[in-house]
Amino acid sequence: MVLFGLFAAVNAPRYNLGTLMHMGPGFMPTALGVILICLGLVTAGTAVATEGEEGILPEHPQWLGWGCILAGPLAFILFGKIGGMIPGTFACVFVSALGDRDATWRSALILAAVVTTFGVLLFHWVLGIPMPILRWM
Amino acid sequence: MDVIQTSLSGLWYGFEVAFGLHQVTIWGYTILFPMNLLWCFIGVLVGNMVGVLPGMGPLATISILLPLTFGMKPVGAILMLAGVMYGAQYGGAICSILLNLPCHPPHAVTCLDGYPMTKQGRGGVALGVTVFASFIGASWGITEMIFLSPILVKVALQFGPAEICSLMLLGLLAGSTLARGSPVKGVCMTVLGLLLGSVGSDLETGQQRFTLGLAELDDGVELIALALGLFGIAEFMNSVNQTGAINTQYSNVRLRDMRPTREDMRRSVAPMIRGTLIGSLCSLIPGTGPTIASFVAYATEKKVSKTPEKFGTGMIEGVVCPETSTHSSVQGDFIPTMSLGIPGDAVMALLLGALIIQGIVPGPQLITQHPDIFWGLVASFWIGNILLVLLNVPLIGIWVKMLAIPYKFLYPSALFFVCIGVYAANNDFFQVGEVVVIGILGYVLLRLGFHPAPILLGFVLGPRFEENFRRAMLISRGDLAVFVERPISAVFVGMCVLLIGVQIYVRLRGAKVDLPEPSMTPLAEKPAGPAPEKAGGRLSAVDAAE
Repeated sequence: MVLFGLFAAVNAPRYNLGTLMHMGPGFMPTALGVILICLGLVTAGTAVATEGEEGILPEHPQWLGWGCILAGPLAFILFGKIGGMIPGTFACVFVSALGDRDATWRSALILAAVVTTFGVLLFHWVLGIPMPILRWM
Repeated sequence: MDVIQTSLSGLWYGFEVAFGLHQVTIWGYTILFPMNLLWCFIGVLVGNMVGVLPGMGPLATISILLPLTFGMKPVGAILMLAGVMYGAQYGGAICSILLNLPCHPPHAVTCLDGYPMTKQGRGGVALGVTVFASFIGASWGITEMIFLSPILVKVALQFGPAEICSLMLLGLLAGSTLARGSPVKGVCMTVLGLLLGSVGSDLETGQQRFTLGLAELDDGVELIALALGLFGIAEFMNSVNQTGAINTQYSNVRLRDMRPTREDMRRSVAPMIRGTLIGSLCSLIPGTGPTIASFVAYATEKKVSKTPEKFGTGMIEGVVCPETSTHSSVQGDFIPTMSLGIPGDAVMALLLGALIIQGIVPGPQLITQHPDIFWGLVASFWIGNILLVLLNVPLIGIWVKMLAIPYKFLYPSALFFVCIGVYAANNDFFQVGEVVVIGILGYVLLRLGFHPAPILLGFVLGPRFEENFRRAMLISRGDLAVFVERPISAVFVGMCVLLIGVQIYVRLRGAKVDLPEPSMTPLAEKPAGPAPEKAGGRLSAVDAAE
């Protein structure tokens, strides 16, 4: 629960940032920053007062699941930039599908293939999103 | 008299818009087709579907569909997105009644009596009555919208910057403190949202704020990235590998099972009326959305009943009243959103965001400047609700089968939609990265007991709040007293103070409302007993921190 304290502390630089700028554009963020720091302290206070609760992590941390979910969009960025829509989509779905506890390579591959086909059809041909389907370097 | 006339002619115009034929070119053939009707239909169908699916709420769905609407005309876009919203309300009840899954907040309370009914083999009746009750509730909400909005607009057109500002303050406060979880945390989130809203170029001076030196952030944080990060990625992270086994043994419902007996109908009439009234009241108080409405309705029904001890064992009143009030309040929530430009909750904020993206400024001038949007929307509510009643009856079986789709197929596909949607918004990969970062932030906040919905509220209202605040300050020459001196504004400020006072009072009294937390796992089966077992550890974090 110390994180609440950090939460306010993280916002402190924003507060400085606000005052350093012209009074005009900086006013609002500064005021908001101050309010947030106060609220953060209040929350931190109540959190400290009622100790002995569970931490940030749930009982069964799903590191694999979380990692895969976050890696999915990152894979989309990476492969999408290099190879276009098909590799990007495939990688995204494949990687994130692996995060489920009873996913297999096979099921993830099949799902990725299906979603890619469907996705390319829908987004490229029907909606005409200007993203190359496939490109080499 | 005058108001009624304008309202009715507006409604007529709305139907013309909703049924209007558009020239569509498909493969070189130009045909006339009621496109708006089609969008409305797609919206309610998708909404109904995601309403049934656990782990996909209307918020995530609207965020995913939002980028697809960029190419559409504003009317079609808003019709579809709004359709998702109220369509999902019809679907949510199915999930609660048949499967005891309180996965959608407004319908969590329906589980308490709906599922026992299902176990007694009366699930069909519960659904049938619910569909009917929902339609009644929604109809009342729409009627309210038709007649109240023009009146509200008349008042609101006289608002200066000071009034708009204090009204927004009230909306923000109510939206953040009345939602789930601790009010202080809610306000925290709203302020965070306001701060996020201030990222980018300053409105008046063009000064860059909080851009971290990234040119991509000059235009601010993308609304879609924020919404998809908070309600897409963070939610997926929360629900991955958390789905409990779903018990579908009771969920075979046939059409003729749905016909309620005369006795059922007789018992449902009064709760329906009560539910409608509670829902419409809740929708008039800013910040109290459908979730609050349904809980209040259930509590009221229990208090009014002659046999309160029987609640939780399959009382039809306990199903009808919350459902009616949910629908009545969902439709009613559109009133402040559309007529004043002040959204009551995150979904409404998202819809407003969709309007802003389409280049339409929300506010009291919306009805006069864009009558097609406003009245088209109202008309589409009627059409959509009738469609939903017709659809719901034959489709329940299909939806229940769809529940068998494992989450492991659902979320990767949804993630892809998230990625491509955010990419398509600007044709830029940067925003996809933004979604990931916001997703992590959202999940951490969620785990800490901060509910992220108020962030969106603050984010959408932020720039307009700042603009009006500065304008008010400019007019009054920096005198803060202007907010109290102008009568209308003073009323709003007074309401804010009252709201905070009531919150503190309730806190000091230690009164605690026991709400079933939405969750992916079915509620623990306790046939009798008003307080449901809280599934999952999320609520305990919230409770303990309070």
